[in-house]
Amino acid sequence: MNNTMSRLIAARLGVMLLTLLIVSLAVFVATEMLPGDVAEIVLGQSATPEAVAGLREAMNLDRPAPVRYLLWLGGLLTGDPGVSLVNNIPVATLIGGRLGNSLLLAGVTAAFSVPIALTLGITAAMWRGRLYDRIVSFVTICVVSVPEFMVATLAVMIFAVQLRWLPALSFANDVQSLGELLRVFAMPVISLSFVISAQMIRMTRAAVIDTLQSPYVEMAVLKGAGQTRAVLAHALPNAIGPIANAVALSLSYLLGGVIIVETIFNYPGIAKLMVDGVATRDMPLIQTCAMIFCFSYLVLVTTADICAIVSNPRLRHK
Amino acid sequence: MTKIVDTASETLPARRGMRGWTITPVGGVCFAIAAFWLIVVLIGPWLAPHPIGAIVSFDIFSSPSAEFPLGTDYLGRDMLSRVIIGARYTVGVSLAAALIACSCGVALGMITAVIGGWFDAIVSRGLDALNAIPHLMFGLVIIAAVGTSLPVLIGTLALLYTPGSFRFARALAANVNELDFVHVARARGEGSFYMIREEILPNIIGPVLADFGLRFVFIVLLLSGLSFLGLGVQPPNADWGALVRENVSGLAYGAPAVIIPSLAIASLTISVNLAIDNLPRRLRDRLS
Repeated sequence: MNNTMSRLIAARLGVMLLTLLIVSLAVFVATEMLPGDVAEIVLGQSATPEAVAGLREAMNLDRPAPVRYLLWLGGLLTGDPGVSLVNNIPVATLIGGRLGNSLLLAGVTAAFSVPIALTLGITAAMWRGRLYDRIVSFVTICVVSVPEFMVATLAVMIFAVQLRWLPALSFANDVQSLGELLRVFAMPVISLSFVISAQMIRMTRAAVIDTLQSPYVEMAVLKGAGQTRAVLAHALPNAIGPIANAVALSLSYLLGGVIIVETIFNYPGIAKLMVDGVATRDMPLIQTCAMIFCFSYLVLVTTADICAIVSNPRLRHK
Repeated sequence: MTKIVDTASETLPARRGMRGWTITPVGGVCFAIAAFWLIVVLIGPWLAPHPIGAIVSFDIFSSPSAEFPLGTDYLGRDMLSRVIIGARYTVGVSLAAALIACSCGVALGMITAVIGGWFDAIVSRGLDALNAIPHLMFGLVIIAAVGTSLPVLIGTLALLYTPGSFRFARALAANVNELDFVHVARARGEGSFYMIREEILPNIIGPVLADFGLRFVFIVLLLSGLSFLGLGVQPPNADWGALVRENVSGLAYGAPAVIIPSLAIASLTISVNLAIDNLPRRLRDRLS
């Protein structure tokens, strides 16, 4: 780690914070577009003017929008993102109970799909142009081209309806043993893994092929190194940066997939919470969930960039 | 965020005649499938054998038969008619959104590349930040705020995909902007509008059209996802994503009503993707 590199990383983290600020502004402005008065919508048509005025004051709706933005931002940072409009429970409590479930789902999916995807991606690059590579490439382009819910419904149809191996719905709350845990998680994890792996395989394959085309690998091959040795001993160590970059970027696709998958399998995570919140227009809940998702997304994308910076030998030995 | 790497466009040996213009078999089939759906969109109402909302069978989730080639849905409506009319919503809304997103993105991208300076910096940073919001997530936030309707859907999808199109077009336009003939035109004293129309646009139009196709695919997928969550096209109308949602209870019986709309989406998106991948070599070389 030297000066150039730490400066680049610091700059990248700065950009991330700035982006997060702009994103919070965008989320706030988008939720401000709600036509009509939130207090009236919450209380319904039969509300008395006094009740509406009271709620407006309690929700700070009588303050100007920039003040409310700052109050909301301050609340987010201090861990108090407001109270749900629908059932009057603090948003932090609602999310706290579910965040763990979502992280568990994401973690299990990552642990499951990263090794498989890397193996497939690297082997496809090793045998590029052969039948194996063409099958892997064709299947992955098909999976990235279809909607996530199609992968999930097909998985249900095959594993739960036709083969009857796995339950179609998940309830993470009443899990007793490890075997049950595996059965409950299997369907969501399989569906999500398909979506993520396809991206990761494509990116890994591209990264390794890119390295394989460099002159020093050609040199190794000319000196008599076999295909396997050229890839594993020569190309791979230099492709680790781009591959780490590809893994972090692919994991950011988790965030899109998890919304569909949690909904379809009725999985009690925060994505399901947010989709339910959209149906009931529970703005404080939606804002907070959106910020959590954007934050995780930015962290992953920034990690990908930092991996690329750290693994660049031109910067490492400056 | 990943930076778009400006790869120097390779100069290729000139090939004359039809060489390099041949269409691969895969590309041809994919192009035919995409064209097929476009025709279905245009003449759909004359193709549908049954009125769109009519309950025509007492048998729900039935298997394909001579009368109902794709079976019936959860209310006993003809699936073939519903898929044909659903194509209008899926393709129509996505095409409109992709057109708006790409025209706004490309126009902004060319303007910022030509003008440059702080205007470029502010627009680029702002749109990059918008791009840092997961699309489905931002779509949910907007639809939660303003409700869902066809104009809102088109506007939201267009807004979500403008930054990506902008970034792509700006990188291309910035490359062209450094070429000699552009410097010559600028030295001649041509205005910004002339530069964009006569010098930049004709030289980036190929890749921009390919990018339009890819963005159309992304928009179809996002729209289907929103409709699947019940937040896209609303009943009694239904696009393909909404058709999957309303028939999802037929999953337990393995009903074709769940599978057919998914297959329709897949056939459209995969064929557009592969058609772009398999463009005639001459065209593709110019694109890269």
